Amino acid sequence: MTGQARSSGGQTPRKYHVLSVLVENRAGVLARVASLFARRGYNIYSLAVAPTDDERFSRITVVVDVESAPLEQVVKQLNKLINVIKISELDPRDSIERELMLLTVKALPDTRSQIIELVELFDGRVLDVGHDELTVSLDEHPGRLDDLEELIRPYGIIDLQRTGRVALPKLEHSG
Amino acid sequence: MNTNGGEALIKSLELEGVEVIFGLPGGAILPVYDPIIDSPIRHILVRHEQGAGHMAEGFAHATGRPGVAMVTSGPAATNIVTPLCDAYMDSVPMVVITGQVATPSIGTDAFQECDTVGITRSVTKHNELVTRAEDIPMAIRQAFHIATTGRPGPVLVDIPKDIVDPRNPSSAMDWYWPTDAEVASSLPGYKPTTKGHPKKIKEAAQLILAAERPVIYAGGGILKARAAEALLELAELTDIRVVTTLMARGAFPDDHRLCLGMPGMHGNYSAVTAMQQSDLLIALGSRFDDRVTGKVDAFAPGAKIIHVDIDPAELGKVRRPDVPIVGDCRLVIEELVRAVRDLAGDDVAAASPERAPWNQAISGWQETFPLVYEQSEPGGLLKPQYVLEELRSRAPEDCIVASGVGQHQMWTSQYWKFNHPYTWVNSGGLGTMGFSVPAAIGAKVGRPDRMVWAVDGDGCFQMTAQELVTASTERIPIKVAILNNAYLGMVRQWQEMFYEERYSEVYLSPDLPDYVKWAEAMGCVAMRVESPEEVGPAIDKANEINDRPVVLEFRTDSSEKVFPMVPAGLSNSEIVVDPSQGGGGR
Repeated sequence: MTGQARSSGGQTPRKYHVLSVLVENRAGVLARVASLFARRGYNIYSLAVAPTDDERFSRITVVVDVESAPLEQVVKQLNKLINVIKISELDPRDSIERELMLLTVKALPDTRSQIIELVELFDGRVLDVGHDELTVSLDEHPGRLDDLEELIRPYGIIDLQRTGRVALPKLEHSG
Repeated sequence: MNTNGGEALIKSLELEGVEVIFGLPGGAILPVYDPIIDSPIRHILVRHEQGAGHMAEGFAHATGRPGVAMVTSGPAATNIVTPLCDAYMDSVPMVVITGQVATPSIGTDAFQECDTVGITRSVTKHNELVTRAEDIPMAIRQAFHIATTGRPGPVLVDIPKDIVDPRNPSSAMDWYWPTDAEVASSLPGYKPTTKGHPKKIKEAAQLILAAERPVIYAGGGILKARAAEALLELAELTDIRVVTTLMARGAFPDDHRLCLGMPGMHGNYSAVTAMQQSDLLIALGSRFDDRVTGKVDAFAPGAKIIHVDIDPAELGKVRRPDVPIVGDCRLVIEELVRAVRDLAGDDVAAASPERAPWNQAISGWQETFPLVYEQSEPGGLLKPQYVLEELRSRAPEDCIVASGVGQHQMWTSQYWKFNHPYTWVNSGGLGTMGFSVPAAIGAKVGRPDRMVWAVDGDGCFQMTAQELVTASTERIPIKVAILNNAYLGMVRQWQEMFYEERYSEVYLSPDLPDYVKWAEAMGCVAMRVESPEEVGPAIDKANEINDRPVVLEFRTDSSEKVFPMVPAGLSNSEIVVDPSQGGGGR
């Protein structure tokens, strides 16, 4: 269940795990979850939180880079939190993952059309156009976000914001 | 609106069966202290909030019921962080109520404000900031439910002033007492597993019946689960030797033929070595603490592991078990007894491999390496071990003893013979110096019928001695034995053994403070004891006093060290015994 996370500047990829944590939707719960990683010195690589279809619960999708053995202990400790309902680790091969990226890039008259072409190739959208800048969005698999980011980087990225990934298990196709 | 938050809080505590609260009032908790006047709950006014926390712990240790402490916001809340962490490490059921500044002031750096739930998040089983008066009864019910079920632990409820102050409209509420079902459904993520998996229990029984060198490794979970009787039945049925960890002293009688005593860094040679050489460790409510295992990679290398614990996170945390069983120790042991009987009938010995060589080996270790110390020459300094032996032999069998942390704690665990559960109150996991005096007070409040001794070091005593004022005022007649060796003794021992006798900041002076005058000033009877022949009579005198606390100061030999000892980081096979037994410790 280990995947390769994007590393800044395309350096050595790190091991990461995706945890889907169903919690009570109330004050302080995110802090409880986060502090179990923090006390061990594990960095949370990305994080997405929102209520589920049932307003009483929220789902936290957390990506952490940590080895499997210590992660097992963290998961057990997370399970002990009173406000945590359920934890599942999502294997990237068996789950659908999506992430949203907003990106502002330098776009001079001679490069603008190239950038727009690139974004459209990725099924992204141009959201805002300035004199010599473009803001584009892409919601896709996190790996595709990495790819677009790398291809656009030479044009000059001014601002970039990603949401952190969300994920759900793949549906069964057999039977 | 038929009540207010303050009244509801006290009524909720009454309905939870609380008989005593250890606490100290202050600004934010003031409105709650008014209805206490009219409540049947006894309030014990402490001199420092840390004392309130340790008293609640001592109460819980001795009675099995949750201890309750109530303090105000800010510095009071931070003062009780240490007892919370102590209770968390040792799985002590405790409910702590803290006052908080009024809800509109939270987060404004108001006077005596601190982020109590933030600060205590990692040292509580659960905590909660209550923001509406009508939520108070449910918060209290949840707190007691969580503190006392599953793996017990401390729960903190933080209550802002405005929702308990009848002069404030936001305190008005309609009384409602949630049902058990409502409490359970309000905690959808909390469902402790108590019943062990039958298949795993059967596997465990099979391993037990196949083992040639089995040892039962009993931990504090036995006491938390009220499983001492079940443990006795299992041990006797299977004829397996039992070690009792520091947290489990008293869970199995020390005078039982199957008892090996305490394992670990300062454990009995036979307990440490039997575990080390065993082929099956039956871990019951124990957690493979580093002070028990020594170097983990070298711990009991030939042993298969059956690990029973109510906390799934303990299974495999340190050592991967061959048979993990999540469940309540008492229920699981009872099932295990049944499973062994089902497989072996009544003659378990006939169904087990020959264990005579193993039993002989253990007897050999017991004979060769008993606990020893060298008695002092006439006129020489008192040996702390001698004091402990005298304290033990002159106290009733069911006397409760509390200790601080350090050498005196290890000697107490070693030399006090524990034959009853719930007679040992100590700080195991956190190792909180200053634990003993307030914990002994809490234990005595919970068990007024029992004699309660606090065995303390001079370093520990100076940390929390002021609670003897509480004991005197509230007429809680505990007895305190200070083993005054004028040093932070355990640190001194490490500096002697591992830092080439370079003593750094461990000397405390034998007579500053004057412990006798200090104790007397706090309303206690106090005596100083300097020679072996004075020890017995002084203890007898102390044991006769029942109307006030007594403090005996024993001037002990500061060069005395705790043996056996497994030096930190080494394998348990490298245990150092007393120099008189050939150990290289001096």
